[in-house]
Amino acid sequence: MAPHDLRRAYKRPAISDQQRRRELALQRQEQARRDVQLQARRLASTLLSLPPEHEQPSEPEPESASESKESESDVEFDLRNASKLRGTEARKWFARQLMLPEWMIDVPNRLPHDWYVFARPSGKRCFVVSSDGATISRQRNGTVLHRFPSALPNGSRSRDGSGSAQSYSILDCIFHEMDQTYYVIDMVCWRGYSLFDCTAEFRFFWLSSKLGETGACEAPSHYHRYRFSLVPVHNCDHSGLYSAYAGAVPYVKDGLLFYNKHAHYQPGNTPLALVWKDESCSQYVIDTDNKGQVPSHQQVVLELQGDGNVTTSDDPPVVFGCLDSAFIQQSGLHSGCLLRFAIGDGGLSVVDGKLEKADLHYLGKSNRARAFADTYSKIMFQNMVRRSPLKIDDLVASINSPDDEGNRPVVPEVDMVG
Amino acid sequence: MAVEITQFLLAAQSADARVRIEAEANIRQFQEQNLPAFLLSLSVELANNEKPTESRTLAGLVLKNLLDAKDAGTKELLTRQWIAIDISIVSQIKDLLLRTLGSSVPEARHTSAQVIAKIASIDIPRKQWPDLIGSLLNNMTQRDNPAGLKQSTLEALGYVCEEISHQDLEQGEVNNVLTAVVQGMNLAENSPEVRLAATRALYNALDFAQTNFDTQMERDFIMKMVCETALSKEVQIRQAAFECLASIASRYYEVLEPYMQALFELTSNAIKGDEEGVALQAIEFWSSICDEEIELQEFEISDTGDSGPHSKFIEKALASLVPLLLETLLKQEEDLDQDDNIWNIAMAGGTCLQLVSMTVGDAILPLVMPFVEANIVKPDWHCREAATFAFGSVLEGPSTEKLSVLVHSGLDFLLRLMKDENNHVKDTTAWTLSRIFEFLHSPGSTVISSANLPRVVEILVEGTKDAPNVAEKVCWAIYHLSQGYEETCSSLFTPYVPGIVECLLSTASRADGDDSRLRSSAYESLNAVVRCSNLKETSQIIAQLLVVIMNKLGQTLELSSDDKEKQGDLQASFCGVLQVIIQKLTSDDGTKRFILEAADQIMLLFLRVFACRSSTVHEEAMLAIGALAYATGPGFEKYLPELYKYLEMGLQNFGEFQVCAITVGVVGDIFRALDEKALPYCDGIMSHLMKDLSSEALHRSVKPPIFSVFGDIGLAIGEHFEKYVPYAVQMMQGASELCARMDTSDEELMEYGNQLKCSIFEAYSGILQGFKDSKPEVMLPYAQHLLQFIELVLRDVNRDANVTKAAVSALGDLVDVLGLTIKPLFGDFAFFVGILQECLQTDDESLSETTAWAYAIMRRIMNQ
Repeated sequence: MAPHDLRRAYKRPAISDQQRRRELALQRQEQARRDVQLQARRLASTLLSLPPEHEQPSEPEPESASESKESESDVEFDLRNASKLRGTEARKWFARQLMLPEWMIDVPNRLPHDWYVFARPSGKRCFVVSSDGATISRQRNGTVLHRFPSALPNGSRSRDGSGSAQSYSILDCIFHEMDQTYYVIDMVCWRGYSLFDCTAEFRFFWLSSKLGETGACEAPSHYHRYRFSLVPVHNCDHSGLYSAYAGAVPYVKDGLLFYNKHAHYQPGNTPLALVWKDESCSQYVIDTDNKGQVPSHQQVVLELQGDGNVTTSDDPPVVFGCLDSAFIQQSGLHSGCLLRFAIGDGGLSVVDGKLEKADLHYLGKSNRARAFADTYSKIMFQNMVRRSPLKIDDLVASINSPDDEGNRPVVPEVDMVG
Repeated sequence: MAVEITQFLLAAQSADARVRIEAEANIRQFQEQNLPAFLLSLSVELANNEKPTESRTLAGLVLKNLLDAKDAGTKELLTRQWIAIDISIVSQIKDLLLRTLGSSVPEARHTSAQVIAKIASIDIPRKQWPDLIGSLLNNMTQRDNPAGLKQSTLEALGYVCEEISHQDLEQGEVNNVLTAVVQGMNLAENSPEVRLAATRALYNALDFAQTNFDTQMERDFIMKMVCETALSKEVQIRQAAFECLASIASRYYEVLEPYMQALFELTSNAIKGDEEGVALQAIEFWSSICDEEIELQEFEISDTGDSGPHSKFIEKALASLVPLLLETLLKQEEDLDQDDNIWNIAMAGGTCLQLVSMTVGDAILPLVMPFVEANIVKPDWHCREAATFAFGSVLEGPSTEKLSVLVHSGLDFLLRLMKDENNHVKDTTAWTLSRIFEFLHSPGSTVISSANLPRVVEILVEGTKDAPNVAEKVCWAIYHLSQGYEETCSSLFTPYVPGIVECLLSTASRADGDDSRLRSSAYESLNAVVRCSNLKETSQIIAQLLVVIMNKLGQTLELSSDDKEKQGDLQASFCGVLQVIIQKLTSDDGTKRFILEAADQIMLLFLRVFACRSSTVHEEAMLAIGALAYATGPGFEKYLPELYKYLEMGLQNFGEFQVCAITVGVVGDIFRALDEKALPYCDGIMSHLMKDLSSEALHRSVKPPIFSVFGDIGLAIGEHFEKYVPYAVQMMQGASELCARMDTSDEELMEYGNQLKCSIFEAYSGILQGFKDSKPEVMLPYAQHLLQFIELVLRDVNRDANVTKAAVSALGDLVDVLGLTIKPLFGDFAFFVGILQECLQTDDESLSETTAWAYAIMRRIMNQ
């Protein structure tokens, strides 16, 4: 037998470039795989795909004390920490999380089968977050409305034993000033369990069965400063629509909300939730100006883009017009500015459902409290209200349409929540 | 039953091709018609002392080749055939072979020993040859047996030890084998032939001696015999003994201490004055010691003592060992050609010196530098080359601070040495420069500065025009010079990029670079230059290079078909460069357009490269296609109809498993790029992937990537994956069970196990997420098994960090996708919560991020 081979690499590179290329290709593939999977997880649970959570129980801080901490904090936040957010970050964060209905500019098909309807309480739309022994409500633009003890899970420090101290709940509410009540219109998270990816049908069912258990619907007490209340939700058939439109509720109505039963809670604007108003179910059908007057011409708020276009807040944005650069410079405007315009006598010309031209007249910068430009559906709804509004009769007619009649199930549906 | 086959065997060795071919056909026909009879006839031929040596030897070889093959699939077939043969024929064959060991014809004896070992490799593990060892030992104990019988019996024992595992034998048998072998080495009792055979047999049996090396008395005895044998007067026996010592150094490092003094004397005498064959083995002894100590240092984590004692043999012997090795450097051979088969004492000594440097670090410098300084100025080229080599050898190991000082003062000298009159000196100098750049030129280092860079580049560019062997080393120097800028893509390098690119292109097309090595080194350096240059500043040059290389690749398609090898090599180089360019230009949105604009043409070229071969897929082209799919995204769809058959070919290439692995990776790229658009090809691809997984013949390293790709496909095609689920998940479950059973003492196997676990989890993650929005319930039946596997993996406290990450991700995905429905499946919920909380504490950022996500998901179902 020959002596075994003992040659070693001599004056040779330890690895070939081909090996290096293979490894780099593998690295690239692994990175791409991670990216895609991460994206899938993010899409799956927008709120929960958040950076490391720090487990130490944190005291709810008074609003002023934590102001300085803001700048140090990470760009993204844990859900529980979301209740402590301030300033523009909080604004952006909350604005991203609320589901915002589009305005109804035409009537969706299969209303009685696929949709719920309920009377929207008049008041401030807000997220109510209960966690760590405190409850905080925040308006759409992120500002804190109230910080208070509540009977929601972990909503006050006195109440213990209702699940893990870590768990949090998030409700989508409208605060009704007159009776100082939070009307709960949707449930986003309950005891740490996210309902984002559940259908409206399930969320409303869960809401109606869970909220009562906590005592949150009871009269205010020391540990429960504001009352919470359910809103009667109806299937959008004849009687449901009628009840929502004309039925008595303990609150002032501000239009009707329509929710698609199968839709998940989708942060941001969605056509699967719709708002509709007329004079008899809302005091605020036509937008008013700063002084509370209805202006002679419709006013809109649009966002200035880098290219001079002024657009809606939709994704993708709808372009309503364009400002010339000299004007932009002269007026000290910059990209991202929210600008107020009046729609002149030229009005809006729509061809085949697409906006062709808008007769815009620049009025000035918008109120600073505004976080967003108007949506396309809002502008169109307001425009129609002034000329040929969508009437309750149109909605009823749609329910009556033979097309829908034919599809109606034989067994009448039971009103699940209302 | 046996048939006379002598004339066929002789005819098969005839000089007349016609006769030969006919004989081979006859032999094959016999073999196919009646294998048992054929094997028996071969044994009869081999055993028959009346027959010519030529036909007997050939009979033995044919027999051996019908028992074993390199190719695993063939080997398995042969094994099955052998096992199926009637026992009476088998024992006749075995008897004939054992009898042949005593033949007077050395060739027949030797061949018979080989065949016996092959049969043993099949029959001993299955306990079908219990009396083999006894019979062989019997040959040794009969004092009067002829030396020839003992010699071939020892050979047979050695070969058998090489073929089987010591666990296949009883410890008593192992002891007897070793005793017989070591006694065979005894000078007083045996002839040189027997002692040589015994020493070589010991080499093969060393692995068997684990128990014996544990016992001091037995160990002492074996070591004494080997050391005595290392002083034999016959060169071959000495060489065989030193070979044993080198092997003992790596196998039994931890018990060597008491023998080191003696071993040092033996080896240093051999290195100084023995025949080259012996000296090479003596140097190898020290290289093996270095290997062991380097490994111990790498795994030196705590003083758990797990990895055994570090005896610091090299450190202790350093002052005497280094001068010995430096002396060997001066024994270069004149006109050393660039033949890879040459291995001489200077090369072995230099290599050992590099290992010593890696073992002891700074301590080697004071011993080597005086030698370098004294010799580098001498008129004899041997001295200058040895000095340069010594310097190049110590560049890895010592601290950067110490080396930087030396290099700062020596670099200029080395650059001048690139103009030396002697080719060897220039060759080694270029090699040393390349090591300087490799180990000392990095973002934080000042070894290469804006002050000396112009001169360095000038000398290197000049050097590419030198003799091919020197130019090749210079290419590697350029490679490492560029790599030093990899992380920073420094602008400092930018001004030289055009010049270097141009010079590498002309180096690659040098007329005298017929040696394909220079050409491929030039292109590989080009890769490094492209990869490490500042994209913003060099995008135009790289875009131009793209066109140049595409043209060159196009030209290879015109090459005449009789030079397939050269064509394949060239295409490999060009596809490699294209891959690097594609990846580089794609990394920035501003430059990606260069690739998108040329994508159709590039793809056409790759397809034509594929078409140059009928049965295999060009590996480099496949690798580049992955990069192109990543660059083009959904636009890649239009290439699939043409590409598909090559994907199939690649996935079926079990032989060249790298090709298969790369194709698997490219499949992942394609699905990520195309999502559902890849559906029409999915059935075919999935079926190939599943065949690959089931194949014994495919190298196991390809299997984890296949599972990962299941995940890619699941995520890409979503609910359409449903039809594959029963099969794919079954395989994932099978692999999980394999992981659970894996032998945890085998490090290499554990490493593989970790890859396998990660890939199984990746597969689950992708498939689960793919179903999330459509049909999560499809995965419900598999949740329990997955959960158990996750628990099993997470309960292992020694688990790998990547495995933890993958397991935690899969857990999150499982709960995310299936929600509350699987809560009842959690046996020990607190365990999972505990593990997740533990993982949150980690310093590994990506693990804690993944865990936070999974934890949040888990909490959804925790309180329900």
